[in-house]
Amino acid sequence: MATGTEPHLNSGGVRTGTRAAIDAPHLRTDRWWLAPAATAAGLLAFIVYSTWRAFANADYYSAPYVSPFYSPCLAENCKNMPSGPNADVFGSWWGISPAIIILIFPLGFRLTCYYYRKAYYRGFWASPPACAVAEPHKKYSGETRFPLILQNIHRYFFYAAIVVAGILTYDTVLSFRDTDENWGHMGLGTLVFLVNITLIWAYTISCHSCRHIVGGKLKHFSKHPVRYKAWQFVGKLNARHMLLAWASLVSVALADFYVYLLASGAFDDPRFF
Amino acid sequence: MSSYEARFKVWRGDVEGGGLEDFEVEVNDGEVVLDIIHRLQATQAPDLAVRWNCKAGKCGSCSAEINGRPRLMCMTRMSVFTREETITVTPLRAFPVVRDLVTDVGFNYTKAREVPAFVPPEGVGPGEYRMFQEDVDRSQEFRKCIECFLCQDTCHVVRDHEENKSAFAGPRFLMRVAELDMHPLDAAAESGLDRKKTAQDEHGLGYCNITKCCTEVCPEGIHITDNALIPLKERAVDRKYDPLVWLGSKIMRRPSGG
Repeated sequence: MATGTEPHLNSGGVRTGTRAAIDAPHLRTDRWWLAPAATAAGLLAFIVYSTWRAFANADYYSAPYVSPFYSPCLAENCKNMPSGPNADVFGSWWGISPAIIILIFPLGFRLTCYYYRKAYYRGFWASPPACAVAEPHKKYSGETRFPLILQNIHRYFFYAAIVVAGILTYDTVLSFRDTDENWGHMGLGTLVFLVNITLIWAYTISCHSCRHIVGGKLKHFSKHPVRYKAWQFVGKLNARHMLLAWASLVSVALADFYVYLLASGAFDDPRFF
Repeated sequence: MSSYEARFKVWRGDVEGGGLEDFEVEVNDGEVVLDIIHRLQATQAPDLAVRWNCKAGKCGSCSAEINGRPRLMCMTRMSVFTREETITVTPLRAFPVVRDLVTDVGFNYTKAREVPAFVPPEGVGPGEYRMFQEDVDRSQEFRKCIECFLCQDTCHVVRDHEENKSAFAGPRFLMRVAELDMHPLDAAAESGLDRKKTAQDEHGLGYCNITKCCTEVCPEGIHITDNALIPLKERAVDRKYDPLVWLGSKIMRRPSGG
């Protein structure tokens, strides 16, 4: 024995039982805390911004643009959006912001997303905070029990996300109008919407559940050449799922903020033609 | 060739206890951490216990934790550290220590035995197996595993929770389940063994919260999380949590996945 350090019998975690007697919960010397801290800060910033905007119930429409947070708008208290994505499905009893009705779907999609799970398990729950850094929890049951077992419904949120992405695509098409609803026009907002919808689709399609559904579940790719090609394509996008998750999160917030600036009168949409 | 004196802290001890011991040792250009450990053995600590074999990153023997990160000593170049840095080398911290840098990795052999082996297809004899490359690509990635057990060591499910060791197979052996379930000729389903279901029920797939540390430490660069664990989770969803897939398989009278 090199020193007089006693073993830590049953003191928990990496100090359990017959493991090497080392007091420190980790011996990493790099800045391991930077990634989870930056992730948590980024997610928190989005949560604060989106909560403000979702509950504001104002400044979400400026012809021809509608904020992605409020599309489709499904209550009577929605603003009138000519030919826009509004339908009075919920009627007049819905008193709070109509954004809440629809945001549950993209929120659920991102909350159960395999990338975001890693991000918030590490960033917020420290489970683990970083690789080979001891987590502070005494018990761990992972995704075996309620509520985390509900992460398994990710694919249903994926189906809903496809519908929402379809509606946002419709909004992007509508943005090729001018303020008088005449077609064949374009402004800076149209570009913002185009970038946003491209990133939203790329993130949605790159989803692990999508990868499974299009072909990953198969045992014999050779019997399904078209699905094999689709699986390969989704796999290429899937390798950038984290990047797309962040890029689309930022773009959807920026698209909303752009509409907010127009609707609140802080900025005028530069028109190209 | 230039050389310098590096500062090392190496964990020495056994199951009774131990601690980090300081060394100053010569380092030459091009050397890896395992070279330095061998120099320590040759010059200052002849009884230092270390497990090693190929020195080429292919046998998976020299797994340890270097500056707190699970790594192969033979694949960790000294040039990644600054000359002023003190380099700490400890045994794997998820497994019982035997002596110095040697741990008892028997947990992994127990888990390996719990995964049912490849089930040969009926009516196809030895030498008659024929497979398309695209059908075996996925399994072949997982066959690159050298069983260094760094992924098992870094996985917080067992590293930080000894009590989970009985229920959780760990990333290496869940990857083995995925490898067999994706194997084009594995006839487990026909023999009544549903690997998708047992991954969750018997090998503890639900404990994995896909935080990707296994992928980060894999010296073979296997995408354990994205290509094995998450696809396996999706397959388990097909069996246990997706009513539409369940209904479809009942109506079609065949298991999902062609």
